[in-house]
This record gives sequence, structure tokens and C-alpha cells, in this order.
Amino acid sequence: MKKENSRRSFLKNISLATFSALALSGCDMKAIDEFLQLNFRTLSKKEKDKLIKDLEAKYKGKYGKEFNVSAKPAIEGTLFGYALDLSRCIGCRRCVYACVKENNQSREPQIHWIQVLQMEKEKGIDFAHSDVQYNPEKVPEKGHFYLPVQCQQCRNPQCVTVCPVKATWQEPDGIVVVDYNWCIGCRYCMAACPYGARHFNWGEPNVPVEEINTEMHYLGNRPRMKGVVEKCTFCVQRTREGKYPACVEICPVGARKFGNLLDPVSEIRYILENKRVIVLKQELNTQPKFYYFFGI
Amino acid sequence: MNFFRFINGSIKIILRGNKTYYAWLIFLSLLIIWGGFGYLGQLREGLIKSHMRDSVSWAFYIGNFTFLVGVAAAAVMLVIPAYVYNWKPIKEIVIFGELLAVCAVIMCISFIVVDIGNPLRFWHMLPIVGTMNFPSSMLSWDFFVLIAYLFINLFVVTYLLYCIFYKKEYNRKVVLPFVLFSIPMAVAIHTVTAFLYNALPARIFWNSALLAPRFLASAFCSGPAILLILFQILRKTTKFEIKDEAIWRIAELMVYAMFIYLFFTVAELFKEFYSGTEHILYWKYLLFGIGENKEIVVYSWSSIIMGFIAFVLFLIPKTRKNFLTLNIGAVLIYASVYVEKGIALIIPGFTPDVLGQIYVYTPSMTEIRTAAMIFSIGFLLFTFLSKIAIAIVFDDYNIDSLNRDARRERVTNDK
Ligand code: SF4
Ligand code: SF4
Repeated sequence: MKKENSRRSFLKNISLATFSALALSGCDMKAIDEFLQLNFRTLSKKEKDKLIKDLEAKYKGKYGKEFNVSAKPAIEGTLFGYALDLSRCIGCRRCVYACVKENNQSREPQIHWIQVLQMEKEKGIDFAHSDVQYNPEKVPEKGHFYLPVQCQQCRNPQCVTVCPVKATWQEPDGIVVVDYNWCIGCRYCMAACPYGARHFNWGEPNVPVEEINTEMHYLGNRPRMKGVVEKCTFCVQRTREGKYPACVEICPVGARKFGNLLDPVSEIRYILENKRVIVLKQELNTQPKFYYFFGI
Repeated sequence: MNFFRFINGSIKIILRGNKTYYAWLIFLSLLIIWGGFGYLGQLREGLIKSHMRDSVSWAFYIGNFTFLVGVAAAAVMLVIPAYVYNWKPIKEIVIFGELLAVCAVIMCISFIVVDIGNPLRFWHMLPIVGTMNFPSSMLSWDFFVLIAYLFINLFVVTYLLYCIFYKKEYNRKVVLPFVLFSIPMAVAIHTVTAFLYNALPARIFWNSALLAPRFLASAFCSGPAILLILFQILRKTTKFEIKDEAIWRIAELMVYAMFIYLFFTVAELFKEFYSGTEHILYWKYLLFGIGENKEIVVYSWSSIIMGFIAFVLFLIPKTRKNFLTLNIGAVLIYASVYVEKGIALIIPGFTPDVLGQIYVYTPSMTEIRTAAMIFSIGFLLFTFLSKIAIAIVFDDYNIDSLNRDARRERVTNDK
């Protein structure tokens, strides 16, 4: 802890001179504090609490609503896993939009954490011949099946390896998260992720105030800023409270299953035990905790 | 006191020049202003002003960065042949090579700065104050070697120029280890930059062991091309002496590099096209386009054709030894490698993307303007630094001349 403190004071000292100059030129103290904020993982419990309080106040000022920002750490004895039933998915994209709403994704420019790929039955899982832009009157289309892809929560996540500033990491419950205040926006992780799961805020993100979800997690669905990367977090703000991810709840055909891999009687364990599962791009050794299976 | 007089004297030197020189300065300044306003737009609205999107998340900026790393590396590696063949002006070659390297590295870092979403958070990458992901992330390695390389070169040129300026004998024991060290460092910056791409199993197009060797070979084509032209200008306008033979020798070495590059590329193409796995898609996109999407094909073929013409011009002794064709070849190979690194290396890495989707990328106006700004600033810096270096090395600009000027000024004031 001592080390952190000296680090912080050192930082404050060297930057104070520069930033008092900046402050005079119209930059307010909040912006400076935000600029000097350290990597979330290196903060103490007290510092985190203060940070959260400040954030809630800031959001209230900005959006005029009460917000509940959580910083709840992983619950011991949990390792989250996901399974998706390919034989049930009909490609309706309800999960895509439920995810957008739950996780406050930017509407314009548009960000979708879930991509649903339409594939030809005859070709099997073949990305090169798949289509995300499919748009028929009615799904499912004849001769096609659907493969939704989101962050696969790799046990061996490439995105974490390459990030030059440790702005993204794997939590003890297996969720790979991003500290939006620490990400420099170099997008190396996007080049490294084999599943196109990471999305960049190319412009200022835009969520209508009346649609903002006020139940938030610091590492999850809190509002992002321009120039940072974001991704699926298994709805960390819900799942750490014992709820299902939004995409699991919305799916009209029950194709999406979620649970604790360490719990021997969980549904996800049942599926691993009794169905044959596959993971995408297994040859890359990313070892996803997101499985696909054929329920019927 | 001396230092201020040095600065003062140097500014005078920078401002001195003929019409062509002024035209060049005005041209660069206009480009900087034009590009600067483009970049301002990006600062205000974000990288949405570029044509990069989630599918193609790195593009023209990082390509320019890669190209300039090559220039920085090759400029210094030219010291090897200068030493081996015992060319006369080896000290001068070291000075101008390293000056070029310094400017190129500065441009590299600028390209990274304009490419990241939050340039103000750059300090997160530093050790101690930030949380540098070392040794895991290749990007932090790259940053590290680039900075080290910048400082080594900066030290060597300033030291050499300082000694000449003060008419002191420079201490070989101090300089030599640094010059010798800068050579493997030159290889290192380029290799690490290649590894930046190479280390991503998700990007099949780059995931080939030949990537780093191909990088080095192509850098050896483009880097010396600049110096080749610079040496001729210096020879015409200053007391810099370099024999025709040395210039032809550089050209000859470039032919070898081009040949090696060609060979590596053919080997790669053979493997991809003969085995015909799905990995072929990226090369297909680069060379022929996929379906309707052929926008990138003009870039790749223009690079190939320019490179090929340059290769032939440099290969045939008669055209190699004719300065007109030699210079045409130098410009062509420079342009060819520029397009290859700027577009043809990066874009197929992302198209089709990891989920097989095609997003057609070509640089946006903002990207072109920002790049023009950085290049112009780099060239301007290089022009100024060279001008001062020329004055020190060839034109008797030194401590004595400063003292003389000061004395003269005092005399006129007294009158
Ligand atoms: S799917 Fe991509 S973003 Fe998710 S953990 Fe794996 S590498 Fe990281
Ligand atoms: S974009 Fe952000 S999270 Fe991704 S590698 Fe760069 S700093 Fe890390």
C-alpha cells in the first residue's frame, strides 16, 4: 500500500506544476483528478469507494438521475461459463438489442457487443462465407443457421497479453474486463482478439438519457468515453448479484445457458457433462469459457 | 552564454538560403497548416474522422509508423558498408544517417500519438508512474526500444557535432561503442515492430515467420534511397565528398536487399497459393480483391510495379550508374515500400476480419492530412538539423566563428 501512496504523491508532485498551468487556462480540478486517476486494480478499497462516490455524483450531474455504481469484486468460488445451443438459435437478434440496452452501448455511432452470424448449413461453421448483415423478412432463413458471437471470456486471453498498459485483465471469476479510465485506446487488443469481441468508441458515445440503465458496475456498463475499448462482461453488474446476463433472459427460444463452472450441480456443468460442446477457433489455444452445443 | 549564442547562430543559419530553399520551407509550412487543421478535427471529434472501424481497427497511421521504423533502422545500418568498404566520409555518413534516424523516430512516435484514442493518457505506458505491461506486450517493447534508439542516436550526433564545433578531438572510446550498439539496435527496432504484428495468432496474414525478415529487407530498400539522394545534394552544395563508386555501391546493396525481399515474398506466395487453405483469402484480397471489393488492388499493384521497375533500374549496371535513372529508381523504390508498408501490409491483416466480414478501408482525408502534417514536420526538422550539421561539419561554423561574430558586433556597437 505504501508503494501506491508514494507513487501517487510522486505523480501528483510532478504533474502539479504542469496542471496548475492547465487549470488556469480553464481546465477544472475534476478533469485533473480524472487525468491523474490510477489503474483501478492498483487502488485500495478506500480509494475505490471514493472514486465510486465521485462517479455517482458526476453521472447525476450529467444525466439528472440517481445512479448505483457498484465495484463489487468477484465472489469466491465462482468461475462463470456460458453455453449456446446452436440448434435452437433462430437469429432474431433480440439478444443483441437487449445487450445494447442493458450495457448502455452507444446507439450512434452504433456498437453491438453481440454479432449474430448467418451461416450456410451446407458449409458448417465457416466464417468466410458468413454474413452479419442478413436482413430477411423472417428468420430463420431456409438453408441457414445462426451463430452469435460475443466475448468468449478466454482462459488464455490474447487481449490481456498484448495490452501495453494493463488496462484489461481477467478477474478471479473469469470475466475479462476493461478499465475505461486507464485504456489509452491503442487498439492492440482489437488486433489480437480472434473473435472480434472488442469494440472501440470511434466517436463520442451516445445513449438517450431516458434509456440509460442506472444499475451499473465500474468494470461493466457504466458510460464510456470517446477513444476507449469496450466489450461483453457477462453483464458483470447482474451476474455478481446472482442474476442471469440480459441476453440469457431475453432469448425467446432458450438457446442461452449460463452458470458457475465450479458448481457441480449447475446447468452449465450439466451441459458440459451430457452434451458434446465445441469452442470457436480451438486451434488458437484461447480456451474460451463460452461453449457451443447442439441441444436437439 | 555560449549555448545561447549557438542557438542564435543556428537560427541565423536556418534562415539563410536561396530561393529553392525558401520555396521548400514554405511548401512544408503550408502542408503543416493544412494537415494540422485536419488533425484538429480528429482531436475534436475522435478517430471517427478516420475510415478505421471495428473491423479494420489499425490502418494508415500504424502503416506509416511501420514504414518510418524501417527508415530509421536502415539509415544507421548504412554505417556497416561505409565501414567495410572504407568510404572516406564515414564520420559524415554516421552524422547524417543518425540525424535521419532521429527525425524518423520522432515521426514514428508522432504517428503512434495520433493513432491512439487518448493521447493524454500516454503516461500510462511508462514504467513506475504507469503500469507498463512489460515484458508481455510487444507494444511496450517497441516503445522501449524506440526510445532507447532515439537517445543513442541523439547522443552520438550531438556529441560528434559538439566536438567538431568546439574543435576538439572526439573521444573514439566514447563514440565507438555507441555507434556499434546502435547497429544491432537498428535491427532490433525493426524486428520488434515486425513482432508486434507477428505475435498475433488471430491475424493469419501476419502470422508468418518470414514477416520480420521481409521487414528488414524492405527497410534496406527504402531507407538508403533517401540517403542516396541526400548525399548527391550534399555533394553538389557543400564540401561533402563522396565518390560515385560509393553511391553505386549503395545502389548495388539495395539490389541485393530487393532481391532478398522478392525471394521471401515469392516463397510466401508459393506456400499460400499452392496449399490453397483458407489463409489464402488475405492475399487474394490484397492482390485481386474479393468479389466486388477491389479498392485496395490499385495500391498493391502500384507498389509491385514501382518496386519492380526500381529493381530493374538498379540491377542493370548501365542504368544504375546513370544518375538520372538511379534517382528515378530511388524515388520509385521509396514510394513502393511506402505504399507496401502504409497499406498493403496492414489492411489485409484485417480484411476479411476475424469473423470473415469484409469492411473496405481506404484512408480518409483526415488521415491523409494528419500524415502529411507529420511528414512535413519531420522533413522540416530534418532540413533544419541537416542545415546546422552542414554548417558545422563543412562550413566552419564553430566556436571561433561565433567568437569572431561577437567581437565584430561589439566593434560595430562601439562605433
Ligand atoms: S474473446 Fe477476445 S476480448 Fe474476449 S477474452 Fe478472448 S481475446 Fe479477450
Ligand atoms: S485499446 Fe485499451 S485495452 Fe486495448 S490494448 Fe490498448 S490500452 Fe489496452
